[in-house]
Amino acid sequence: MPKIVIDDKELDFNQGQTIIQIAEENGIDIPHFCWHECLSVSGNCRMCLVEVEKIPKLVIACSTIAADGMVVHTQSEKTVKARSAVMEFLLINHPLDCPICDEAGECKLQQYAYSHSVGESRFTEEKNHKKKRVPLGPYVMFDAERCISCSRCIRFCDEIAGEKQLTFVQRGDKVTIVTAPGKQLDNPYSLNVTDICPVGALTNRDFRFKSRVWDMSSTKSICSGCSRGCNIEVWVRNNEILRLTPRHNAEVNSYWMCDNGRLNTFKHVNAENRVDGPYLKREGNLIKTGWDEAIAFAVSELKSFGKDEIAFIGSAFATCEDNYIFAKFAKSAWSAKNIDFLRHVKPGESDKLLVMEDKSPNALGAQLAGIQPGKGGLNFEGIIHAIKEGKIKALYLLEDDLAAIKPEYESALKKLELLIVHSSNFNKTTDIADLILPASTYAEKHGTFVNFDGRVQRIRSAVTTEDFDRSLDGFEQSRLDKFGSPFDKWSSPKKMDARSSWRIIAAMYSALGHKIKHTMSQEVFDEISETIPEFQGLNYSVIGDTGAKIKLKSAETKSIKV
Amino acid sequence: MSVKKRKKDFTFLENMYIPEIVKGMALTLKMMFRPKVTMQYPEVRFEPPSSYRGRPVLGQEENGEERCVACGLCSRVCPSLAIEVQAAETTREKERFPEKFEINMLRCIFCGFCEEVCPEEAIIMSKDYELVFDNRADAIYGKEKLLVPVKKLEDRIQFIRKYK
Repeated sequence: MPKIVIDDKELDFNQGQTIIQIAEENGIDIPHFCWHECLSVSGNCRMCLVEVEKIPKLVIACSTIAADGMVVHTQSEKTVKARSAVMEFLLINHPLDCPICDEAGECKLQQYAYSHSVGESRFTEEKNHKKKRVPLGPYVMFDAERCISCSRCIRFCDEIAGEKQLTFVQRGDKVTIVTAPGKQLDNPYSLNVTDICPVGALTNRDFRFKSRVWDMSSTKSICSGCSRGCNIEVWVRNNEILRLTPRHNAEVNSYWMCDNGRLNTFKHVNAENRVDGPYLKREGNLIKTGWDEAIAFAVSELKSFGKDEIAFIGSAFATCEDNYIFAKFAKSAWSAKNIDFLRHVKPGESDKLLVMEDKSPNALGAQLAGIQPGKGGLNFEGIIHAIKEGKIKALYLLEDDLAAIKPEYESALKKLELLIVHSSNFNKTTDIADLILPASTYAEKHGTFVNFDGRVQRIRSAVTTEDFDRSLDGFEQSRLDKFGSPFDKWSSPKKMDARSSWRIIAAMYSALGHKIKHTMSQEVFDEISETIPEFQGLNYSVIGDTGAKIKLKSAETKSIKV
Repeated sequence: MSVKKRKKDFTFLENMYIPEIVKGMALTLKMMFRPKVTMQYPEVRFEPPSSYRGRPVLGQEENGEERCVACGLCSRVCPSLAIEVQAAETTREKERFPEKFEINMLRCIFCGFCEEVCPEEAIIMSKDYELVFDNRADAIYGKEKLLVPVKKLEDRIQFIRKYK
């Protein structure tokens, strides 16, 4: 194997690798702006200059192919001086916008200005002025002054999103980024350019000025937009989700996520229509009630039906833990056979990069956790049919808005004598329900999702509900969260009176006289891994941040893909 | 218990105390003829010099717009976490403005870091030292209490330009 020496370290490499790739693999940091692991090399920022022995001039590490016996210095006097010169050039026309720039705090240029620059400029002339607010598309705002012309966004659109929507125009200090006349930056992955932009030139219009980066806490979680299960970070301030950003996972989503997932999967958490506490329907009106009354009502009402008159519908939006306890409850407490769930598959609505046809994040997990018809039991369509015929009179529905999907389902649900629903928000189904139990959203609970590929991934609580305290229950904390007192507005934010579905069902279980020993979702998952062969050997620490793949029987994968 | 000997025992005269009392009385007498510094507050009010750090206020331009661009640096630098800022977008040339700007005067320690870090000379330590409230909610000053015309803050602005 060929060898290269970088900063006195002898390293093995594969033929064809560039110096910066080898350095990155071995934890040596070579500063760079335009180079990105997943994009082609453009070599225009000149930040990654390194000294190679026997080459008279400095070379850029991103486009220099390593050769056997090469000796590279990344910290020599010559490179340090060159880097600082590059920084000085880049900063000549870069406005001092940091206080009002959304990127500040996570800006590459800002970080390098501290670590690789001299801290002052010799340039006393007026800086170049360009347009500050150019909406490139529905979601992306462009500030031309801040752009350092690294071309990452252009290459992203060309190579990853597959739509050539951006380009450079003009030359020299007039160079700027435009879309074609009359066209917009509107590909389904457009917001990724705001993540890869090393400066604050491209910003998220949805998040614009909502918060400074250092005022938020970030929690590692999974996107609930489709069965891909992109790894994300949930950014929270004052117990409110402000944005989602993709988290690198080479096995699932690389560095990217789609705009739909980024913008439309968290707004319901802070929405006005959240179900805040259990609701009972009395004489046609919904009345807010206590947890104990709600659970007693559910149990006593369910008892008045025969076991073949009750159906249980799980959810592909709930976690494996929720579905597992739900299935266990249905099977052992009610000897139910009519158990199934609905996959939200939208044929044709997928693409080659990330978006999947199955719009539910945990279809495979729900199935594996035991949400499938028992022997002689009815499947989903069968249940709906039986409801219409009047054979099934009671339905226990977990976190799914069935009535909004088809008018057929809505009219079927209206025929029921008893409909118990777990829901995070008021919707068409809760309008029909006799009992609404407020369920935590994916951002308010711990749990696991299994993606289309059989990868078990963890979601974590980012937003606190009434039962939890940010500082006591292991939530991620921002600076303000750590030091707030009960008298500060930010430490007494609005909290929802909602619970994870499995906790609600566990309470019902114990109301029936069974003993439930679980107090944390981790313990539920441990039971899943003991009882369900596919999950064998897994626990929360094995799954970790990037997930663990389970072995699937071919039949299961088939049924999911269809 | 052994009696410790002092480094220096009192002399006979010091033990008498009378000369010391006379010395003290002489000082008192001298002070009686010096000009008085006690102020008859609240009839007479103290007008602080421009170096004084009273409660922080927000400068308001003549057209009614706030100078603040809601960058949040004051909030970040505040050692007692007294300041809470929520930015929002405007169509004005300065893209941002504070939708909400609150200073918890129970937390504020009048250190003046916020004034020092402000890139817009928007937050200024005023000469106001009379802060009265009888409940916690009133101690949180919002924009309506914080905005003060820049003209009234002119000498403090001159002072910080000189020494910043």
